Amino acid sequence: MSRTEDAIRASGGRALIGYLPVGYPDLATSVDAAVAMAEAGATAIELGVPYSDPGMDGPVIQAATQATLERGFRLEELFEGVAAIAARTDAPVLVMTYWNPVLRFGVERFAERLAAAGGAGLITPDLTPENAGEWLAAADRHDLDRVFLAAPSSSDARIDAAIAASRGFVYTVSTMGTTGARSDVDQAARALSDRIAAHAAAQGTTAMRCVGLGISTGEQVRDVLEYADGAIVGSALVRALGDGGVPAVRELTASLAAGAARVDASQADEAQPDAPAAATIDGGAAPAAAAADQKGANA
Amino acid sequence: MTAHESLRSQEGPWFGAFGGTFMPEPLMAAIDELAACYDEARRDPAFLAEFQRLSRDYTGRPSLLTEATRLSERAGARILLKREDLNHTGSHKINNVLGQALVAQRLGKTRLIAETGAGQHGVATATAAALFGMECVVYMGEVDTQRQALNVARMRLLGATVVPVTSGSRTLKDAINEGLRDWVANVDSTHYLMGTVAGPHPFPAMVRDFHRAIGEEAREQVIAMTGGLPDAVLACVGGGSNAMGIFHAFLDDADVRLIGLEAAGDGAATERHALSIGRGAPGLLHGMRTYLLQDDDGQTLESHSISAGLDYPGVGPEHAWLSDIGRAEYLPVSDTEAMDAFLALTRTEGIIPAIESAHAIAGALRLAEERPGSTLVVSLSGRGDKDVATAGRWFGLLDEDAEQA
Repeated sequence: MSRTEDAIRASGGRALIGYLPVGYPDLATSVDAAVAMAEAGATAIELGVPYSDPGMDGPVIQAATQATLERGFRLEELFEGVAAIAARTDAPVLVMTYWNPVLRFGVERFAERLAAAGGAGLITPDLTPENAGEWLAAADRHDLDRVFLAAPSSSDARIDAAIAASRGFVYTVSTMGTTGARSDVDQAARALSDRIAAHAAAQGTTAMRCVGLGISTGEQVRDVLEYADGAIVGSALVRALGDGGVPAVRELTASLAAGAARVDASQADEAQPDAPAAATIDGGAAPAAAAADQKGANA
Repeated sequence: MTAHESLRSQEGPWFGAFGGTFMPEPLMAAIDELAACYDEARRDPAFLAEFQRLSRDYTGRPSLLTEATRLSERAGARILLKREDLNHTGSHKINNVLGQALVAQRLGKTRLIAETGAGQHGVATATAAALFGMECVVYMGEVDTQRQALNVARMRLLGATVVPVTSGSRTLKDAINEGLRDWVANVDSTHYLMGTVAGPHPFPAMVRDFHRAIGEEAREQVIAMTGGLPDAVLACVGGGSNAMGIFHAFLDDADVRLIGLEAAGDGAATERHALSIGRGAPGLLHGMRTYLLQDDDGQTLESHSISAGLDYPGVGPEHAWLSDIGRAEYLPVSDTEAMDAFLALTRTEGIIPAIESAHAIAGALRLAEERPGSTLVVSLSGRGDKDVATAGRWFGLLDEDAEQA
């Protein structure tokens, strides 16, 4: 059972996941911005924890998280932020965190607090499945999703491990690099997404594949969703928040969501053989319903 | 640990509860490839022969063990200096760089990237890149490019690109982050040449192996010179590569005290220090589990030291383990103590040490007071040419015009 996977399925496998760091530029604004993303069509929220040594992050996210740390961010704000967002939207809230803050806080204690706040799970960029034993057990106890990364460079065995350890989706790293908008999302993303699907099928299971790194426009979202179940956008949203505040985040999310919508208005009358009859154009409504059911079950 | 098991047999990834491989997935393939390649190389007689040839003909190994006669008289103990400062490029760093450049060549990589604090590792890497005909990019905290401007110029002379790092605390740890970001984007062509016994496996064991000659030579030399083993071996510890290199040969000599000197900056009782083992707690940084300066939220804290090369909030995992099992001791040396020792060695022996190495000298002078008459082997890991401006300011030796120049 996975709240995130349910939400992705409810989107018809056309999920849009928006990333913002919690506490940037302040806690209240980050909460408003996350809620705005959900309202504007994001299927799920990826909430980043500012960290002193963010090895996977490019300049835009680094600058935002560093500024957040410099203004005195404390980990308690994360749980406060998750709870505030979860109270205002049914979109699952996944926390993206480097591992040392969790380790220092205590893995079990962190899982317990995250679940209590209404969080859906963790995305762990520098924790690979072979080091994740304690977290996997805690995630099971607290019914949390756990998202591991697969990269174009990953061996077959490592892809198998990522599929087996992940719940929610497999973070499909589009390109060999750090976070940041790119004009073209690497062809490697399509190949990796296909490899993950093939490996999952060979394991007799399915794996949700959400592609991240480099995606910043609705057009790119549409391209990615040709071969994946979700598109993750980070730096572009962080930049929008820094430059234009919550309204800019709402506006950008809406244009990204248009890329995730199953049927373009211009093509609505044309035959779409692979589209279910009841396809929704609003990427946000369906997952909200699914997540609401899940919330009921947890309460 | 049984009595029969050698402490010298540790090959990683784990040193007790320390070490491991905590890297983002995109780098795991490169890490695995590197580990497999090194595992093969270290058993390959041709590889070892080529490494030894370079160490002898290019670096100038073996390095001398110098009896520091006047310093010994003043200290009241017999102090022997392991002269890594006499190596080509002026520090122990060249040992590891040549070894890893050979590994990079074996992997078919054409580009070397490295982090550097004081600049010694960057200079050594730029040197190896020139020698092997490879491209070289060195990441260096902006703060360090200012306090080690001469080394920046040296690297550029050697053909390297030096990138000042402006993120985070703008020192060594942030230079490592930036290097890792470069690596993930360019992993097909590029070898990340980690400069110390830190980072994910296989770096801690591999870098130690490339520095092992320091201790192996010193052990033979001290026996030849004094007829026996020393009472203690001392070395400064930032990441801890020169210390691991000199400690390793003595690990099974239970009567030889192994003492690592960590930089205490403004003092061990202040909050401005680099005492990763002395004041840190276990955590993750740069792909390893080790002792780490961190706050209650697991955020890495900034370290402080007059010495850029010791200004690192973590430490190699083998040191963390040696501390935990009680085989090695890790003691603090403040900026002031280190600079006093810097001057003492300079004035008694005519040897200007790197400020990093001066921490080890300070440890020896302190131990000499506690244990008069003892025999102490000290790793003089680098020479102080790069530190003349810092020392000149510290001791007020610069003319006003020179200060402004």
